[in-house]
Amino acid sequence: MKRAGPGRRRAIVTALLLAPSTLWFVALLVMPLVVVLVFSLGERAPAGGYQAGFTFANYLNLPARLTAFTNTLTLAPVGTLLCLVFAYPLAYFLAVKVKRAKLMLLVLVILPFWTSFLLRTYAWIILLSGKGIPSWLAVVGIEGVRLINTPTAVLIGIVYGYLPLMVFPIYVSLERLDKRLLEAAADLYADPIATFRRVTLPLSLPGVVTGCLLVFILLMGEYLIPQLLGGGKVFFIGNALVDLFLQSRNWPFGSAVAIALVVIMIVAVGLATRWAKHQGATREVSLL
Amino acid sequence: MPDVEFRGVHRRFGPVRAVDGVSFAITKGSFHSFLGPSGCGKTTSLRLIAGFEQPDEGDVLVAGVGMGGVPAYRRPVNMVFQHYALFPHLDVFANVAFGLRQRSPRPTRAELGRRVDEALALVRLAGYGDRRAWELSGGQQQRVALARALINRPTVLLLDEPLSALDRKLRRDMQFELQTLQRDVGITFILVTHDQEEALSMSDSVAIMRDGRIVQFGAPNELYDAPVNRYVAGFVGETNFLAGRVVERQDDRASVRLDDGRVLAAPLSAGGPGLAVGEAAVIAVRPEAIQLWPGGDPAPTPLDQMFEGHIESRIFLGDQIEFAVQGDLGRILARAPKAAISVRGDLVPDTPVRFGWENESALALADV
Repeated sequence: MKRAGPGRRRAIVTALLLAPSTLWFVALLVMPLVVVLVFSLGERAPAGGYQAGFTFANYLNLPARLTAFTNTLTLAPVGTLLCLVFAYPLAYFLAVKVKRAKLMLLVLVILPFWTSFLLRTYAWIILLSGKGIPSWLAVVGIEGVRLINTPTAVLIGIVYGYLPLMVFPIYVSLERLDKRLLEAAADLYADPIATFRRVTLPLSLPGVVTGCLLVFILLMGEYLIPQLLGGGKVFFIGNALVDLFLQSRNWPFGSAVAIALVVIMIVAVGLATRWAKHQGATREVSLL
Repeated sequence: MPDVEFRGVHRRFGPVRAVDGVSFAITKGSFHSFLGPSGCGKTTSLRLIAGFEQPDEGDVLVAGVGMGGVPAYRRPVNMVFQHYALFPHLDVFANVAFGLRQRSPRPTRAELGRRVDEALALVRLAGYGDRRAWELSGGQQQRVALARALINRPTVLLLDEPLSALDRKLRRDMQFELQTLQRDVGITFILVTHDQEEALSMSDSVAIMRDGRIVQFGAPNELYDAPVNRYVAGFVGETNFLAGRVVERQDDRASVRLDDGRVLAAPLSAGGPGLAVGEAAVIAVRPEAIQLWPGGDPAPTPLDQMFEGHIESRIFLGDQIEFAVQGDLGRILARAPKAAISVRGDLVPDTPVRFGWENESALALADV
């Protein structure tokens, strides 16, 4: 009994320390999910909202919102990829090339976060609308460009809004990369391109995977950018959900759409992690 | 034709002259060391050969070919880095194969496997191909780094303080291994080190550097027997220095008046510049050249120089015993084989002693 004492005490302390997060998890994640799951199997009350029932009709009705799904499932991956394409050179520059003023440049990357995301996206409405970029292009002879309320506008907004989230994980993994490895590669006959392909890129892959997952997961639930820059024409699942819950008050159908989104996310993230593990990079993937 | 040659090479970093007008030639197939304290320019010299630095002035030649404008990845040299710089995302096989895979034409799979196995066997790591670098001990990582460089059959192998991260015993073993390896493969090895024992024990030639310049270039025994000045003598083994000014010069010897007024004579170093009367100089006496006996006894043999003092401490060095003697000349180190001392068990600290040396066993050196 005496011997079991310290072990028992340690178990109690562990339980106490984990209790708040467990409660949080159950109250704010599991319970709402259960509610949504139950709702998704119910029926719309005549005046809107939820009415108890057991039917798969809501799920069978999902194709009615196909556009939202296809938009999300194309623009989220494409947006993630675009972020990566823009973020990698920037992160590389900051981590490898910049010697002085590194801190200042890093602050510049996160500086936009200091004002409201809503406000900054509004600013893009002005930039992308007829009196913005299209009118400037007209000056140099490129007429009739339409940006606002197009997928392009949404992608521009995505890259603008999510770039820092992609830059930082990649920056960290490149910063941590031992620069002597680059000299070692050059010493072993690898030209700059081969050095990048065979040393820099593989060693920064954990940062790339983390950044992509981060951006992709957030993009799948994006609402604001398509709402403002897509103008109701380019809408995501998030916009469909708002519409279903607040406008048409069809809670059961909205719940079914939400559950479908969760399932798609689990499958997509699961596949991505498996791929990353296969690349031998997960040792350092910090997000999961 | 020398394998590596510098012709008036300068390399500056801002106001710092890291390499300041250096010229030398390293014989093909030899083991050469750059020796000096940190910041003396030895590592920069190595990096100039590797191509990680370009000279501001002068030429670097490898196997007779000027390396001006040739990037690191096109030079016929390979380097063993100070902390090995093994690729952490690759296993041992892929690390060792890295260089060959960059070559064109790319070797076939079978050829690659054969060469890697051969290289791993050379450093006694056969069968370690599928390990990751971090699973290996320091000594094993060191040998992977060696195999990764040697597999490319470079003209010159560069070693940047390769043994500094190893413990003493392992370092000794690796010193022998490196020497054997160098003789087996017949490639020119160039080592950078701040460890004089390492440089002297392994090398055919040594360049002692200070402030970006080569102070002396020669075989280890030349540096030991004929140092050009006090700096070299101090770097190569332990030496007693008695500082003063030259008061008299003959052809091959000089008399130096010490600060306390004594005048000591000694031959000039064969490697050194001629000393002029009035120049600052030191009389350098190796600890093993000093004879020591109890204060009351007569000298065992008549000596040119004899002084008095008392033993301050004695240190057991294995086969030798080192005494610190405090006396007429300040603090002097003397060293004697254990066999010669064992009969004199009376030479304990605080014992009054007399000591001396023959003028011929000392050297008069410029005090720089």
